[in-house]
Amino acid sequence: MAAVLAVLVAMLIHTLVFSTTEQPHATGSRFGWETIGQYLFSSHVLSGVLVTIELTIIAMLAGVILGILLAVMRMSKSRLLSSVAWVYIWFFRGTPVFVQIIFWYNIAALYPHLTLGIPFGPSFATVNINSLLTPFIAGSIALATNEGAYMSEIVRAGIISVDEGQTEAASSLGMSRAKTLRLIVLPQAMRLIIPPTGNETISMLKTTSLVSVIAVPDLLKSAQDIANANYRIIQLLIVASIWYLAMTTVLSVGQFYLERHYARGSVRNLPATPLQRLRQDLTRLRPQGKPVAEVLVSSLDPLPVADEPRGAPHE
Amino acid sequence: MVRAEQVWKSYGSLDVLRGIDLEVELGEVLCLLGPSGSGKSTFLRLINHLEKLDAGRLSVDGELVGYRQRGHKLHELTDREIGAQRAAIGMVFQRFNLFPHLSVVDNVTIGPVKVKGTGKAEARERAVALLERVGLKDKVAAYPSQLSGGQQQRVAIARALAMDPKLMLFDEPTSALDPELVGEVLDVMRGLAADGMTMVVVTHEMGFAREVADQVVFMDGGEILEQGAPADVLSNPTNERFQAFLSKVL
Repeated sequence: MAAVLAVLVAMLIHTLVFSTTEQPHATGSRFGWETIGQYLFSSHVLSGVLVTIELTIIAMLAGVILGILLAVMRMSKSRLLSSVAWVYIWFFRGTPVFVQIIFWYNIAALYPHLTLGIPFGPSFATVNINSLLTPFIAGSIALATNEGAYMSEIVRAGIISVDEGQTEAASSLGMSRAKTLRLIVLPQAMRLIIPPTGNETISMLKTTSLVSVIAVPDLLKSAQDIANANYRIIQLLIVASIWYLAMTTVLSVGQFYLERHYARGSVRNLPATPLQRLRQDLTRLRPQGKPVAEVLVSSLDPLPVADEPRGAPHE
Repeated sequence: MVRAEQVWKSYGSLDVLRGIDLEVELGEVLCLLGPSGSGKSTFLRLINHLEKLDAGRLSVDGELVGYRQRGHKLHELTDREIGAQRAAIGMVFQRFNLFPHLSVVDNVTIGPVKVKGTGKAEARERAVALLERVGLKDKVAAYPSQLSGGQQQRVAIARALAMDPKLMLFDEPTSALDPELVGEVLDVMRGLAADGMTMVVVTHEMGFAREVADQVVFMDGGEILEQGAPADVLSNPTNERFQAFLSKVL
């Protein structure tokens, strides 16, 4: 059964990847693997990869900091602070990130100049917004402000999950509210914050491709630039996809180890790393390893039999 | 050391404390007894301002807790000032409330290092000595989840002692423990009392109250109904509700 399935899958992959019924290029398959190989490590694509990584790091770092700030504001006793946070989240979560990117790119139309000075008084410096907000900076701001709204809800859920007794214990030691949050609550909230943040980072890595629309030379834009010159659209999209996949894979592995780190103290046995699991599987395969079930069964004594029939009415 | 005058506390329309007058001398051990809902835990939490009182005055070592008096009005202290007051008052909770992400020794050193600014090496040395005192020297590197309830509570006591408190508050310290683990925690508390620590203990352990307390207070319905030395009060209770309570727990 498994063998039949394997053969079918192999045939399918062969059809998808190596279809050679027609030969549009002299090079072989329609996929043009040579083209893909040629551009996969080209300097233009690599610089695009770098821009994508930069955008992801900037947007996530700023997004997490903004998220913590907004979460604390939302949980603050001050009505003003919590309302400001609520409105922020409402607005940035309620409009498409694509629109926000285009909006930041065109914001110079609304505010052509940024002036530093005293209101209604002298101004010290005036900056042209268009020269300040390069496409890269506009894209970073759009992604980070949007991410902040999502992160704040993740952080807030994490903070709420920490038992109130923890805050009380910290307070009773004389810790200030800020120290309690930083040293006691946030480290424990991390265990709940990390997994969704990993998802957000992976999602962000792909969302950065939207900035190609405002001409930021990211991975997708670089691939498109090349495709526009040589018309190998599919091949260049595959190049971009390979890079996106490689990067999300690295992030997934990193997330596993980060989660493992923050599970310390809350679980007795840390989950095994893939390497450890492989080693376990290998030792289990060895014939001299005792089957677990056999030991359990042989150690079971026969169940004691009751003298009187069950359910007999009491006197 | 602790002086309460006409302390009132209510949650909405429910009066939890209805005019508590109480005094605890330096080096004295006070045991608060009473059925659940009698207000004894609330009173304990008022002493380090985990709860705010609604009327009356409560002072520790001659200093109002959580407030500053200006004329006839009380003003709440700042976060930092309240922290300084709490740092001098140790508290042990029913559910231990150890910090699960920190090792045992870090649980004990975090207070001195982060609040008092004690050097790490010095704090660690002192923490190890305190853990030895509560009989847990071999658990220094363990995490709280690897300890039994009794061991966790002893770490919690060491954590509170690390701040060199002038007063220790115990909120039903043995109520969440398996019966066979109660003794080890009470032994540590007995040792503290013998060393002259001022203690306020909310407890259901009558044996401990009889043996260790200098003063026993019975509360019900937010009021003090009986008060005195354990030998008198526990043997010859005059209040009817206290008699009924004792007949149930003894």
